Amino acid sequence: MLTFMASDSEEEVCDERTSLMSAESPMPRSCQEGRQALENGEGAAQWRGQESEEDHEEDPDRYACSGVPGRPPGLEEELTLKYGAKHVIMLFVPVTLCMIVVVATIKSVRFYTEKNGQLIYTPFTEDTPSVGQRLLNSVLNTLIMISVIVVMTIFLVVLYKYRCYKFIHGWLIVSSLMLLFLFTYIYLGEVLKTYNVAMDYPTLFLTFWNFGAVGMVCIHWKGPLVLQQAYLIMISALMALVFIKYLPEWSAWVILGAISVYDLVAVLCPKGPLRMLVETAQERNEPIFPALIYSSAMVWTVGMAKLDPSSQGALQLPYDPEMEDSYDSLGEPSYPEIFEPPLPGYPGEELEEEEERGVKLGLGDFIFYSVLVGKAAATGSGDWNTTLACFVAILIGLCLTLLLLAVFKKALPALPISITFGLIFYFSTDNLVRPFMDTLASHQLYI
Amino acid sequence: MTAAVFFGCAFVAFGPALALYIFTIATEPLRIIFLIIGAFFWLVSLLLSSFIWFMAATLTDNKHEPRQRDLLIFGVLISVLIQEMFRFAYYKLLKKSSEGLKSINPGEKAPSMRLLAYVSGLGFGIMSGVFSFVNTLSDSLGPGTVGIHGDPPQFFLNSAFMTLVIILLHMFWGIVFFDGCEKKKWYTLLAVLLTHLLVSALTFISPYSGLNLVLAYIILVLTGIWAFFVSGGSCRSLKLCLLCQDKDSLLFNQRSR
Repeated sequence: MLTFMASDSEEEVCDERTSLMSAESPMPRSCQEGRQALENGEGAAQWRGQESEEDHEEDPDRYACSGVPGRPPGLEEELTLKYGAKHVIMLFVPVTLCMIVVVATIKSVRFYTEKNGQLIYTPFTEDTPSVGQRLLNSVLNTLIMISVIVVMTIFLVVLYKYRCYKFIHGWLIVSSLMLLFLFTYIYLGEVLKTYNVAMDYPTLFLTFWNFGAVGMVCIHWKGPLVLQQAYLIMISALMALVFIKYLPEWSAWVILGAISVYDLVAVLCPKGPLRMLVETAQERNEPIFPALIYSSAMVWTVGMAKLDPSSQGALQLPYDPEMEDSYDSLGEPSYPEIFEPPLPGYPGEELEEEEERGVKLGLGDFIFYSVLVGKAAATGSGDWNTTLACFVAILIGLCLTLLLLAVFKKALPALPISITFGLIFYFSTDNLVRPFMDTLASHQLYI
Repeated sequence: MTAAVFFGCAFVAFGPALALYIFTIATEPLRIIFLIIGAFFWLVSLLLSSFIWFMAATLTDNKHEPRQRDLLIFGVLISVLIQEMFRFAYYKLLKKSSEGLKSINPGEKAPSMRLLAYVSGLGFGIMSGVFSFVNTLSDSLGPGTVGIHGDPPQFFLNSAFMTLVIILLHMFWGIVFFDGCEKKKWYTLLAVLLTHLLVSALTFISPYSGLNLVLAYIILVLTGIWAFFVSGGSCRSLKLCLLCQDKDSLLFNQRSR
């Protein structure tokens, strides 16, 4: 079935979206010698590392090597701290938006909470008489789903290693087409049905053709950053809604748990597929794939590099092979493909640090966060407390992950901490807090 | 009920908190993060207290109504205690991280403990208010008649005002509490705990009379005044603010007399 095949490639493609990388741009060439010590990434977590303060006193040359040479010492840490908090918010906002879209849809459109069959990846049904059988079926479903994801990821890594770029790009384009056209059509149809709004076919065709075409252009080619981010959020939400609809109850929770374990293994283990993907991309100094990563940064720099050779110093960063340890060299080269410089006639403009740095989050992370919160909203008798608790838990997990990112400065899995917190809070809020709060509310007591 | 009830109660309960968020917190990323961490701490305290209540309820395993109500009162009191403990824990965490921030960033101004007290209090308050009221609010969109069995018909409005008072109180308690911890005035902590217990205990009174609401608002005003003086306000600065004068003009007025 075509729909499911799309989700097939989407899932697998979702899967190497599940790593979190920070797009901190490397230092200019003039500061290379000072940066050697910092490249290993230790002690660079300025805004958290209590242990690193003494290091900074001893190495004054480190301070000078901020993005703009000649900055006074101490400003490096200030910049890092400001970026640290700002990056967290730059990710909170899209994650929150995606969750809001998913929760709003789940609560209003009944289609996504109705049971209408299951994906072929979860063949075992959960309509069994006994609890043990149901548990067994959900575990088997999870095993099948995870093995499909693993096989697809390995296939993708193999394709990437043997440079079958055309195949990969074709695959990605087909899956984006599916999401942007077919799933949007279904979504729009269901929303119109829910609100009992009539729409004629010409209007519908015009609307969703424009939506889909602009989406394809923005995601795979060039477009304004905000529009690209909006489209990525929308396709993540659509994908999450598909998962919420088609994954059976218990299987969904077990899959969430299993996929965060898989994410941890795939990104951190030396032979993990995602790690190999990231490392191969870094070796070749290429972007991984467009349309799989949500990027929060503005990227004016590379466009300007092409116009003004005098500012090359600051702009060789993306192609610097020495920056192996920093995660950003992965992301930087993708910028010219994703973002068109807005002012092409502006040579020699000195770029501010703020514009260069950003954090990237894989789309799979958006999808699974939204699946968790959406499932919390869908199950549970119209209880908003559970949804809110999961939401806060996921944000806190994301905060902690970003903290670790600031400490370790390499690609990290974004799923484990957030999903763990989310699952703990879902089950405990649903079973413990909900009766307590309901009883309090019925007696009108306040704590 | 109607959309008017829904929007009215929503804005009564959450309007001030939303305004405070938009004007003071939304502009600074660090403050947003501390707010969410504060909300998380409150959530964890609620989790712990629900767990204790649940254990107590299942262990006693008694279906008698008065017993259940006693257990509920016990649950409420334990919950208040645990919330204040978590407020203290959050204070300790902020103290540790603030020292780290200060030593690493000599140039940049780290947020002061007073600001963090306000932000954390607001975080606690917002989470507490949302958890108390959002289910009631979503029910108010559905069909029904309030008070058809003789219950007070102002149920939604009462709940909204009570939620508002709780949110603002948490904010003031946060300020006072952190100040007490900073200056090592332990009686302040005790006072905050007792006030919180008092406000929760007031809700045990039957909601038919508006007495609990009025008393809660009186406590709110008193705590607000206390927090104002604790955070460095004075009658003089209040006058300056209300008369829209700056310091120089006040001095000028005084000199010219």
